[in-house]
Amino acid sequence: MKRKFAFLAALMMSLTMTAGCASDSDSEEEEDGSAQTLTIEDKDYYKRFKGDDISINVYNWGEYISTGADEGTLDVNAEFEKLTGIKVNYTNYATNEELYAKLKGGGTTYDVIIPSDYMISKMIKEKLIQPLDMENIPNFRYIMDNYRNLAYDPENAYSVPYTWGTVGIIYNAEEIDIPREEIDWDILWNKEYKDQILMFDNPRDAFAIAEIMLGYSLNTEDPAELKAAAEKLREQKDVVQAYVMDEVFDKMAAGEALLAPYYAGDALTILEDNEDLDFAVPKSGTNLFVDAMCIPTSAKQKEAAEMYINFMCEPDIAFANIDYICYSTPHSAAFDMLDEEVQNDPVSYPDSEFIANKTTVFVNLSDDANEMMSQLWTEMKSETANTWFVPIFLVVCILIIAFVLIRRHIKRKKDIF
Amino acid sequence: MKKLGKIYLALVLLFLYVPIFVLIVFSFNETKSSSVFSGFTLDWYKRLFNNRIIISSLVNTIIIAVAASIISTILGTLAAIGINSMKRVPKTVVMNVTNMPIINPEIVTGVSLMLLFSFFAARMTLEFGFVTLLIAHITFDVPYVILSVMPKFRQMDPHLYEAAQDLGCSPLKAFRKVVLPEIMPGVVSGFLMSFTYSLDDFVISYFTTGSTSQTLPITIYSMTRRKVSPEINALSTLIFLVVFIVLIVKNVIEVKAAKKRMSGGGF
Repeated sequence: MKRKFAFLAALMMSLTMTAGCASDSDSEEEEDGSAQTLTIEDKDYYKRFKGDDISINVYNWGEYISTGADEGTLDVNAEFEKLTGIKVNYTNYATNEELYAKLKGGGTTYDVIIPSDYMISKMIKEKLIQPLDMENIPNFRYIMDNYRNLAYDPENAYSVPYTWGTVGIIYNAEEIDIPREEIDWDILWNKEYKDQILMFDNPRDAFAIAEIMLGYSLNTEDPAELKAAAEKLREQKDVVQAYVMDEVFDKMAAGEALLAPYYAGDALTILEDNEDLDFAVPKSGTNLFVDAMCIPTSAKQKEAAEMYINFMCEPDIAFANIDYICYSTPHSAAFDMLDEEVQNDPVSYPDSEFIANKTTVFVNLSDDANEMMSQLWTEMKSETANTWFVPIFLVVCILIIAFVLIRRHIKRKKDIF
Repeated sequence: MKKLGKIYLALVLLFLYVPIFVLIVFSFNETKSSSVFSGFTLDWYKRLFNNRIIISSLVNTIIIAVAASIISTILGTLAAIGINSMKRVPKTVVMNVTNMPIINPEIVTGVSLMLLFSFFAARMTLEFGFVTLLIAHITFDVPYVILSVMPKFRQMDPHLYEAAQDLGCSPLKAFRKVVLPEIMPGVVSGFLMSFTYSLDDFVISYFTTGSTSQTLPITIYSMTRRKVSPEINALSTLIFLVVFIVLIVKNVIEVKAAKKRMSGGGF
C-alpha cells in the first residue's frame, strides 16, 4: 500500500515538474509572422544590474499582465528577466484593500505595486508609497496628456498609469429598444425591468452612480449629499435582482439579467460571450478608473523597480499587456499599435472630450466620509421588509433545542428507574 | 421505505457532486464562460501547463503541504505519545489547548499569526515567506494529527509495551516494533488529513504568505476581479482525477488485504 502511494505521489509531482519544463521551453519567442516581437530602443539602460543577482517583488492584480499563454504573445516577466537579469517574484491580489492591508501590516516588502486611483491618493497621504525618480523612467513620455496629473496624484510624482477604463451599462440590445446614445443611469431604476437589473456590490461604485444622477461630485464628503445618495439607492432596491461584482460575467452571458453597470474592459469580455449584449457609457457622466504603477516606501530595490516600470512602458510591452487585459491604455505608442477596430470602439475608447469633461476619477475620501458611506451602505443593503424573520427564527431554534433537551432528560429519568 | 432511503442518498450525492461535475465539463469549454457551453476543446489544459504563475503556485502549494504534513505528523505523533502517558488533569488541559486551533475560526488564527510574525519582523530580520507560511501550516495541522493518533492509543492494550520490554526489547525497539504498528493507521490518517487541510487552506496562508511566492488558493482568489480563467477548471479536474484514482487504488488494496486476512494467513 505504501509503495503504491509513493508511486502515485511521484507521478503527480513528475507531472507538475514536466509542466514546468514545458513552460520554460515555450517562453522563447516564436518567429512566425503573427507573433509579437520585442524591440527595445535603449538596451544599455536595462543592462545596469545584469549579473548582480537581484530580485524584485511585483504585486499586481490577477490576470493583469501578458503571460505568453496565448500563442505568439510575450511573457512580460520572462522577457524582463532575460533582458535585465533581475528576477521577478510575481504575486497577486484581488482588491485594493487587500494590497493596503499587506503594506500596512509590515513584514512583506514589495517593489512595484499597481493600485487604483483612490488607493493611490490614500497611500500618498499615509506615506506608504514614495515619489518616483522620473529620470529613471524615460518611457513616461509615451503616456498621453489626458492621463497625466490626475486628481489622485496631481503632480504625477508617485505613479505611472497602467490601464484605465470607464464605468458604463451593459444591456441586452435585443430586449431593450432604446438607442445606445440615449441610455442613461436612470434606466437602472426603471420599474419596467424589475428583477432584471444587477447592481454594483461595493459602496464606492454604487454611490458614484447615485451621485451622478443627483448631480453631486463623485468625491463628495457632504453628509447630506451622501444620505441623499443612499436614499436613491434605497429606491432602487426594489428593482434590483442582485448586488454582484464578478458574478456579473456569468449572469449577463447566460442572459439572466438585462442590465448591469460594470467596467468597460470587463464588459468587452462579457459582450464576446453573448451577442445580444451591448455597452453604453451614459452621456451625463461616469467614473473614470485608472490603475497605476507605484513603488512602496518600504521597497528594497527602488532603481530596479523603476527599471521594471520603465520596461512596462516600452511600446511592445505596453501593447502586449493591454492586448491581454482588454482594458484601455494610456500609452500613446501602444494605442497606435492596436487594431483600428479597437481604436474606434466606443466601449474602450470613448471620445476624448467626453473623458476630459464628463468623467471623474475617484480620490480617497476622509475617514469620516468613508465610515459614513460604508455605514449607509450596510444599512441600505440589510434593510428588509420583514424585520421579524430573524427574531422568529431564533425563537423557533431555541424552542427546538429546549424540546430536545427536555425529551433527553425525561428519557434519562426513565432509564434510571 | 428502503427505496426512499436510496433516493434520498442519491439526491444528497448529486447535490455534493454536481458542482464538481459542472466544473469538469466547463474545463473543456471553448469560451471562457461558465454558463454557456459552446464547444469542446483541450486548449485550457495546454494553456494551463504554459501558465508559469499557476504552475509555480501549484508547486509551492504542494511543497508546503507535503513539508507541513510530514513535520506536523512527526510532532503530532510524538505529542500524542506524551499526552497519552499524562495524568488526567494535565491531559485535559493539554487536549483543550490542542483543540483551540481547530475550533477557532481560521481568520482568527490567520490574523493572530500575522500579528505575531509582524511583531518579530519588527525586532529581528524576519521576512514573511516560506518559513512563516510553513510555521503557520504546522500550527493548524498538528492538532489534527494528535486527534487522529490519540484514539489509537485508547484502542491499544497498554500492557503490550511493557510485555515487549519484559521480553528483552529496549524501550526504543519496543516502541518501534509494538506501539508504532498499532498506531500506524492513526498516523497515516493524520498525515492525510493535515495534507488535505494544508493543500486547501486559503485564509491562514493569505495572512502569513510572503512577497516572493504565493499558494494556489491565493492565485485563484486574485483572479476573481476579472474572470477566473478555465485553466483553473482544468487544474481542478486534474487534481480531482488524481485524488479519485488514489482513493480507488487505496480502497481496492484494502479490500484485497481484508480478503486475504479472512481466507488464509491467520495464526
